[in-house]
Amino acid sequence: MTMDLALIVAGMALVTYVPRWLPLFLLSRRRLPQWFVQWLDLIPAAILSALIVPELFVSGEPRSLVLFQQKSLVALPVLLIALKTKSLGLTVVSGMLLFWLAGKIL
Amino acid sequence: MENCGGSRTAFRDGVKAAWPICLGYVPIGLAFGILAQKAGMHPMAAGAMSLFVYAGSAQFIAVSLLCTGAAATSIILTTLVVNLRHLLMSSSLAVHLQGVGRGFLSLFAYGVTDETFAVNLARFTAGRWHPRQAVVVNLVSGAVWTGSSIAGALGGEFIPAGAFGIDYALSAMFICLLVIQLRAPIHVVTAVISGAAAAVLCLEIPGNSHVIYASLFGATAGFALLKLKKHGRGGGKEKEP
Repeated sequence: MTMDLALIVAGMALVTYVPRWLPLFLLSRRRLPQWFVQWLDLIPAAILSALIVPELFVSGEPRSLVLFQQKSLVALPVLLIALKTKSLGLTVVSGMLLFWLAGKIL
Repeated sequence: MENCGGSRTAFRDGVKAAWPICLGYVPIGLAFGILAQKAGMHPMAAGAMSLFVYAGSAQFIAVSLLCTGAAATSIILTTLVVNLRHLLMSSSLAVHLQGVGRGFLSLFAYGVTDETFAVNLARFTAGRWHPRQAVVVNLVSGAVWTGSSIAGALGGEFIPAGAFGIDYALSAMFICLLVIQLRAPIHVVTAVISGAAAAVLCLEIPGNSHVIYASLFGATAGFALLKLKKHGRGGGKEKEP
């Protein structure tokens, strides 16, 4: 039983580690072609948006699109604060505060 | 780099950069610990999973699969699929880790998560970030993740859910990190395409593979637009010091 669990954890650790390690191992020692660097430069904005947009606008099980809800409404002032300050700490703290307040009101 | 002073300042800088991540990891780690404990896992087993796997969503899925008595192979395969998105993140980070030793890279790779990736990349892009500081972000966040998982498994049910809006910490962090990445119009276009694609895809595909598909689609579409308009204000010319 615990042996099984240990094997599962080991297997999960391995299949999680390899995708994290392989690109670093392969790509950090060679000159990358210019087009690839340009494409990679767009990846962070793409990934962050792909992570946060569903997080804010999709809810429930089964998932459905909910445009106006607590987390998406709070996102608007948080976005403005982020644009204005570019400060991670300030955005996180004010986001938490606003979300907490919104929870009290809504 | 300016911090030839050594590992002490690197550690301090890393912790400073990591605190928003840690703030977000605490409630999720606690929740994971509670769930793991309810699934019959020993607190140390929950801690071991957080320490060795260090991938939030995959761990939640694994624990719920464990509850349903799923086979080990299907749990491991699901983990692989859920975590394939890190391929893209490590590829992006590789641009900033040119010529770094392979032993160091192997340690660094361990701690590449959605959150550490985003924080480190923002710092690397801003230009004043050293791999040593970045690896501190990875490891400190991992320690907090593991610690809060164990704490959750030991007695997480005593903590009120949703206290102080802490559940929103990571969402707010990602919003700010996305804003930091929007350095040129092409980044905005890419983010809009990718975000819309992710929202639509996640309704259709279970799990979180929509993140990979939408990111690949968004970045490729943005790249194509950049090439179509040669004067597209070259968002991609990246020259690091």
